[in-house]
Amino acid sequence: MDRLIDLDQIDVSLGGLPVLRGIDLDVGPGDSLGVSGPNGVGKTTLLRLIATLLTPASGSGSVLGASLGTPRALAIRPLIGLLSHRPSVIPELTLAENLRHAARLAGADVAKAEKALRVVGLDGVASRRAGASSFGMLRRIEVARLLITGPRILLLDEPFTGLDAEAQELIGALVARTTSDRGAVVMVSHDSGHLAAHTNRLLSMSLGRLEQKS
Amino acid sequence: MSFWSQAFEIARVDLTVERRLGDTIRIVLPFAVVALLVFPLTLGVDLTAISRLGPAVFWALGILFGMQVALRQAAHDDQERRDLYALLGVDPAARFAGRTISGAVLMAGFLAVLLMAMIVLYSPRLPEGWLGPMILSSILVAVGLTELGTLAGEVTAGLHNRTALASLIVAPLALPLVIGASQTLEAMARDAGILPWLLILVATDLALAVAGVGLAGPLEEASR
Repeated sequence: MDRLIDLDQIDVSLGGLPVLRGIDLDVGPGDSLGVSGPNGVGKTTLLRLIATLLTPASGSGSVLGASLGTPRALAIRPLIGLLSHRPSVIPELTLAENLRHAARLAGADVAKAEKALRVVGLDGVASRRAGASSFGMLRRIEVARLLITGPRILLLDEPFTGLDAEAQELIGALVARTTSDRGAVVMVSHDSGHLAAHTNRLLSMSLGRLEQKS
Repeated sequence: MSFWSQAFEIARVDLTVERRLGDTIRIVLPFAVVALLVFPLTLGVDLTAISRLGPAVFWALGILFGMQVALRQAAHDDQERRDLYALLGVDPAARFAGRTISGAVLMAGFLAVLLMAMIVLYSPRLPEGWLGPMILSSILVAVGLTELGTLAGEVTAGLHNRTALASLIVAPLALPLVIGASQTLEAMARDAGILPWLLILVATDLALAVAGVGLAGPLEEASR
């Protein structure tokens, strides 16, 4: 497969309002792409589109060879990992339980969850409720979840926000592992410095349009 | 992971969350019991009327407060969690089944406690052999109401004021459950057959199960 992500003149509207306009994007195996831009220009929507969670209003595109908006696109979702800017956890479960729950649903070995907890440095606080954990800890749990599922396409939404240096290194290692396994990474952030350090191609986004980084 | 493994995993986690949060036991159940307690006060000292109305009040309050139990998941289900489940490869129909299993277990327990409270407070004259049909109809109501609540939660996902909207969807559609359940005991008291009423409950549960499983995927996609 030459291109893992291939978007051609895609428009996306949310609630009747155009959010993405004329998006053209190719990302191949081993690529890591950074998209910078201020808040509200459509970066998160771009990631949700690539994650097949949104359907284009017009244009065409494919992810991992599956055309967007078709039933096949739903089947490739488990091969996509999304680190959302709002961590998705169940607050009443402990950090370890959240991870084991995700492992079971993904059909992965639960032992992988214990290993991933150690890798992200949360084995000492694994029994803490997610609702009583810091943002940084929840981010680490999300990273651990991505380590378990091992996605082919990794989508990172403001991945460095609120993280200490050690946790930022974990994100860097995850990006490196995905690209070395011939996967693809798309990272969005308003911080161009972090993007430049972890990606090999940079674009900027303005009012729903992708532009070459000047 | 198979359909049923996903469904049981979601049900297990839902029940763990409920055990820790205690929404049903600490909030819904006490209010339902208080309502059960207050109702006879409005009838004065007519003990015969109170005793006669007991089962009807039980079903009315059971279904009204049961809607809150059934809809509780809709309030917790945010877009991030829906996205996460989708990307973990969870079948939307398995999510519906899991939610129905956990909700039905919870609701059956809720109805059991409410039934005991009704018997203590109202001393109703129940027909001979009432317990078996009562348990059966309670289980069927618990399953149906949970299916309805889960389905309403899916229909209103992503909408503002979804809990209020979901209640408006559940209330009229719960009518066959109210009728089937209340008439089962009435039929026994009249020495009439209870099978038609139980069949209404079974048919409602089956219809909701088919609708829930069939619509889970399209509704999830439409909510984004």
